[in-house]
Amino acid sequence: MRVNFTVNGRPQEADDVWEGESLLYVLRERMGLPGSKNACEQGECGSCTVRLDGVPVCSCLVAAGQVEGREVVTVEGLADFAKQRAEGGGCASGACGTTLQNAQQWEAKGTDSHTGEGTELSTIQQAFIDAGAVQCGFCTPGLLVAADEMLERNPTPSDADIREALSGNLCRCTGYEKIMDAVRLAAARQSEAV
Amino acid sequence: MDFLRPASWEEALAAKAEHPTAVPIAGGTDVMVEINFDHRRPEYLLDLNRIGDLSEWEVGEDSVRLGASVPYTKIMENLRGELPGLALASHTVASPQIRNRGGVGGNLGTASPAGDAHPALLAAGAEVEVESVRGSRRIPIDAFYTGVKRNALAADELIRAVHVKKADGPQQFSKVGTRNAMVIAVCAFGLALHPETRTVRTGIGSAAPTPVRAKAAEEFLNAALEEGGFWDNGQIITPSVAKQFADLCSAACNPIDDVRGTASYRRHAVGVMARRTLTWTWESYRGTRRLTEGAA
Repeated sequence: MRVNFTVNGRPQEADDVWEGESLLYVLRERMGLPGSKNACEQGECGSCTVRLDGVPVCSCLVAAGQVEGREVVTVEGLADFAKQRAEGGGCASGACGTTLQNAQQWEAKGTDSHTGEGTELSTIQQAFIDAGAVQCGFCTPGLLVAADEMLERNPTPSDADIREALSGNLCRCTGYEKIMDAVRLAAARQSEAV
Repeated sequence: MDFLRPASWEEALAAKAEHPTAVPIAGGTDVMVEINFDHRRPEYLLDLNRIGDLSEWEVGEDSVRLGASVPYTKIMENLRGELPGLALASHTVASPQIRNRGGVGGNLGTASPAGDAHPALLAAGAEVEVESVRGSRRIPIDAFYTGVKRNALAADELIRAVHVKKADGPQQFSKVGTRNAMVIAVCAFGLALHPETRTVRTGIGSAAPTPVRAKAAEEFLNAALEEGGFWDNGQIITPSVAKQFADLCSAACNPIDDVRGTASYRRHAVGVMARRTLTWTWESYRGTRRLTEGAA
């Protein structure tokens, strides 16, 4: 079957989608967006977290057919998504969003991959780099999407709020303390910017 | 496999009548796991996401009509006052991502004895509104669970909503697991005080082939509270009464040994949760009584 939906602000079309296929599979294998990670395929680990109509969900548990006509934001579009939000949202020109090609090539490299310098990053992405919250990096995309959504809802989270918001994301390097640091840092930087 | 996408409830009923083997999918948090792991290859998937009113709720005079697909997150955020037991249970479901998708209709459809909503629904008192092209009916929650992962639905029926009685007293929910998030209950317990009828209702999860009420325990406690005039004098519950209640709740279990826990552990833990939730709710009831008296 064919599925039409919006990915990172741009309309996309996926063809020959199997009826039992997950949104995660469509993103990774049909659209070439490997940012959302495939680990447990049962909603345990959160590494496939994306925003579906603004709400964080495990993309491995959404049937592809269910996203027809809906909006998905993946980690590849997070920097642009956060930028739009900071600028007051809306996309009157239709020129915002992240093209599939840009998303496919998206890397946090810039001129220096260790500091993220030279890349346009969202606050939460920069904070993860600065706080050293990335070890093997596999859980990072899901954590970024989940943490960014929490900060959108709750700009001044307590530690308990952060733990709760990230309770569906597992890090098997167990770098949770640095991840906590990163989210606190992002929250502090966001409140300074306002 | 075919993917059916009804745009209305009537279309969904027609599709289910035409294809009784079709598997309804709403949040997908159970169904997609089975498909991802190749445990299930349904001939038809029946997507219910496009039917908007399944995600809505109405607060009525005596009860809340909760659409089958209202996500747990919405229950926690919006219905804590009316359905405190269910809101507490909702908060223990998996993770934020899962709570954003899953709802009570799925819990009922899957009818796993470990479903978190069941003890709260049993304790509060609820009816499941189901419908087919033949008509609509309401199934009392006590008659809904018929076996391990079996329910009273006919092959052509779909769950439309759950009617849950609004709380007329304190409610509690307790669940045993290895951590706070992402836990399938080792066992769970729901308790609701109903001061208007001077009754107590319970619900036990994951400690029998189906979710069950501890009816003998309820009858004992109702009698003991009445006899001691507890509802009127608001005294603390005698420890021996609480203990007897807890023992009877343990006795209502019919658990198995499995990877999550042994049968004897489950029996023990249900007793502990029964005593604790009774204490918590009763203390809360006494507190509101004192406040009311103070104001009068």
